[in-house]
Amino acid sequence: MGNILELVNISKSFDGELILDELNLDVKENTFMTLLGPSGCGKTTTLRIIGGFTTPDEGRVLFEGRDITNLPPNKRQLNTVFQKYALFPHMSVGENIAYGLKISGKSKTYIDDKIKYALKLVNMDGYANRDVSQLSGGQQQRIAIARAIVNEPKVLLLDEPLGALDLKLRQDMQYELIRLKNELGITFIYVTHDQEEALTMSDTVVVMNQGYIQQMGTPESIYNEPENAFVATFIGDSNILSGLMLQDKLVRICGVNFICVDTGFGVNKPVDVVIRPEDVILDEPGMGQLDGVVTHLIFKGVHYEMEVMAGDFEWLVQSTEMHAVGEAVSLRVVPDNIQIMNKPESEDEEAVVIDV
Amino acid sequence: MFKRKSLSLPYILFILCGTVIPLLAILYYAMVDKSGHFTLANLAAIGDPLHLKPLLFSLLLAFICTAICLLLAFPLGLMLRRSGAGKKGFVIFLLILPMWMNFLLRTIAWKILLQKTGVINAILNAVGLKSLEIINTPYAVVLGMVYDFLPFMILPIYNVMIKIDNSLVEAAYDLGASPFRVMKDVLLPLSMPGIISGVTMTFVPSMTSFAISEILGGGNISLIGNIIEGEFLRGGSRNVGSGISMVMMVFILISMALLNKVDKNGEGAVV
Repeated sequence: MGNILELVNISKSFDGELILDELNLDVKENTFMTLLGPSGCGKTTTLRIIGGFTTPDEGRVLFEGRDITNLPPNKRQLNTVFQKYALFPHMSVGENIAYGLKISGKSKTYIDDKIKYALKLVNMDGYANRDVSQLSGGQQQRIAIARAIVNEPKVLLLDEPLGALDLKLRQDMQYELIRLKNELGITFIYVTHDQEEALTMSDTVVVMNQGYIQQMGTPESIYNEPENAFVATFIGDSNILSGLMLQDKLVRICGVNFICVDTGFGVNKPVDVVIRPEDVILDEPGMGQLDGVVTHLIFKGVHYEMEVMAGDFEWLVQSTEMHAVGEAVSLRVVPDNIQIMNKPESEDEEAVVIDV
Repeated sequence: MFKRKSLSLPYILFILCGTVIPLLAILYYAMVDKSGHFTLANLAAIGDPLHLKPLLFSLLLAFICTAICLLLAFPLGLMLRRSGAGKKGFVIFLLILPMWMNFLLRTIAWKILLQKTGVINAILNAVGLKSLEIINTPYAVVLGMVYDFLPFMILPIYNVMIKIDNSLVEAAYDLGASPFRVMKDVLLPLSMPGIISGVTMTFVPSMTSFAISEILGGGNISLIGNIIEGEFLRGGSRNVGSGISMVMMVFILISMALLNKVDKNGEGAVV
């Protein structure tokens, strides 16, 4: 699979504030790629640069190897699903979907067929003559998707399309989007600040912060092997501890030596250690690697969430077994679940530039 | 207990004294002759070429004035949509500023400016150009109307246009529309409520105006408003004046109805 889209050294500032700094990103054909990050991280600006709504100050946008940096949005073979749907209020559902096809001069029969096909695809059969204002938020979202995909774009851009929907509907739509992506066989570039959404749907997750790509990889690798503290805290809950890498596969945390699987950090090197709360195993005092006392307990439905004070660190622990506040426990972590990261040498290095 | 209904009393009184009673009085005078007998002659008086010609001429000038205002206001709305908040407010402020002055004064100011020996001609002559001789012609009347009524076209259009969500414009571009098609397919239809209000608020006063035509027309231009004024104030018949007023009101109501038909949702309707 080749790259359908390449961003080369993209920089953009607004009012003197740097939003993107020499961003490089390759998008492989037929992938579901998610740009994930907190608000202001540059993910929406990146999407708008791809869509042609924002011109980068520097750098180039390549589409199938061709430079489209200065091409206006109406000349790009991409379509966008906007955050607030952006359906035309003065047109019916059918007219909305037909708009792009009418502009490209398709025949009436072709357009009618396409409207039917698209409505079926988004499970909205028979809605062609409805007024847009009669639709619920979820239905409007589906029509916005239908309006974009009838034009058979090679890349579909989605700007937080599920942001305004309630939780249940959002989860349903996530599965719908995965199904759509597989049926259409095109590239999706999806922008969200919701890490669960990103992990659920994507083939590739791009974690962004302060205009830099922090890490890029499969959902599993992003979750299990975060490369820095930002990624570790942004994706899911985590315990980030200061540690000392004694040698390959041996790290000292809270005064106790833990066996891990990471190598190549050197000898006696200070490192950051990430341990996911669900990977901490609680046991009787003295049975584990580190003794402690439960200080907080919350019932979360799927599991209990506890805080355990052990070795001068408040450990976040998730377990299906309850331990009451004040109870003495011990902690244990298997080597595979200990993730070692280099300590950032300066504040700036927190935002690492990663060449992909 | 103080009834909420009684709060509306001043308004009801105002409407009664300011609208209903005068209207009924006009209707009564229109339907009777000088001795108080029922007649349709006052309404039929509009058929007299002496009245019909000014009516048609008023329609024509009002139409031209409205068209010019619309052609000026719509592109301005498009431009203001894209400019920053501070700039927008400033431009609108400048456009409204003249409205703070009495409109008769403004019209008289134009008369002085446009005079054969006025300021404009003095400047034109000074740079070697020919004098502008439009005072006391319909051109001057239209100029005065456009100047006086333009803000009434700009404000409703501007108000509707700045509320159009920019993502709709971007969506149209995204779907392949050229800038012209974005304007025609998205911005124009969504501005319709404002355009309808603007057209109404420009067309009706320019149709019925008589002061502007008198001041800038120098007594040569007879619009339907001048005819009615003459009937009432300059030795004409109050009954004929009322009859013509009724006919003109029907004309205005018809044009309102036509306009509201264009504006399906009725959002911009002022009548």
